[in-house]
Amino acid sequence: MNIDKRIADDLVANDVSFVTTVPCKQLAGVIDEIEHRDEIFHIPSNKEDEGMGLCAGAFMGGKRSAIIMQNTAIGVTINTLATLVQYYRMPLPMIISYRGELREPVACQVEMAVHTKAMLAQMNIPTYHFHWQKDVEEFDNILKYTFMCNKPVAILTDANFWGGYGDQ
Amino acid sequence: MIRSEILKEIAPIIRDHLVVCNIGLPSQELHMIDDQPTNFYMLGTMGLSSSIGFGLALAQPKPVISIDGDGSVLTNLGTLPTIANNATGNYTLLIIDNGSYGSTGDQPTYAGKKTSLAAVATACGCENVIEVQDKDLGPVLQAAIDSDEMTIIVCKCDSGNIKLPVITMDPVVIKHRFMEAVKA
Repeated sequence: MNIDKRIADDLVANDVSFVTTVPCKQLAGVIDEIEHRDEIFHIPSNKEDEGMGLCAGAFMGGKRSAIIMQNTAIGVTINTLATLVQYYRMPLPMIISYRGELREPVACQVEMAVHTKAMLAQMNIPTYHFHWQKDVEEFDNILKYTFMCNKPVAILTDANFWGGYGDQ
Repeated sequence: MIRSEILKEIAPIIRDHLVVCNIGLPSQELHMIDDQPTNFYMLGTMGLSSSIGFGLALAQPKPVISIDGDGSVLTNLGTLPTIANNATGNYTLLIIDNGSYGSTGDQPTYAGKKTSLAAVATACGCENVIEVQDKDLGPVLQAAIDSDEMTIIVCKCDSGNIKLPVITMDPVVIKHRFMEAVKA
């Protein structure tokens, strides 16, 4: 299964047509896939809170939006999640590379990984963790759930899900 | 002129357009001067007026004006390259540059010292950047809205605030009536 393609297919099938991204090595494939989809407007952000602002505007303009970012971004965006996305009740699927989990080669990434789920739980953000490639089969349901409840929803995708780091 | 005087003067120009207004006193002032369903008031999240307005402009064809401040743009400087590199003609970014963080007690910003936001915006790749003095803003803003080119306006003015109440409208109501206005 090509999970990059599957994620893009599910976004398109759920009418998500505005996607902003802040890159991560693990996300390179899916970002490339989204960049080449005619149905999706892809706009890279310089910082994740900026990206959430773009998504909020696009949503109010009538387009379903999503953000793709690293889990370190949760540390950057707590205020934006609370005072914009949650306060105004906006749906926002967050496809997050879960750095610092199993098969992670960079020790420093673990320092934010250990806080990631706790912060999302503290924020009452529904959170899903993709560890095996077959977990992507849930993505379509998660998108439907997000737009049903008008909340930010986190999909944490770890290195094992993406197939590790090659030789590392 | 101070910001509230500028907002009073441009209210007739922006009344019929989609406006995303900056957190704190700017939103409170606009709400008091000319509350409209086409106004999206930010109640939190300093710095994102430009990003929210830009996302809105990219998603639909109506003109959008983001009212921002120098302090807020400095908080989210990364917005300028994003705007420059994805320019859309229906977007106007109006930076009311009074050289101070007005909502928090008029502490000076770097934009009131050595930093030129107009020069920063130009360096970021924005093609139509106009620095204007407060009293000359009206026609410049009208021309920007009427133009098919995206425009960044840096309006230099005095710092100073008026006393006024906070916005008590529920955020979901602000969002809902704004989205209805977008669709209308």
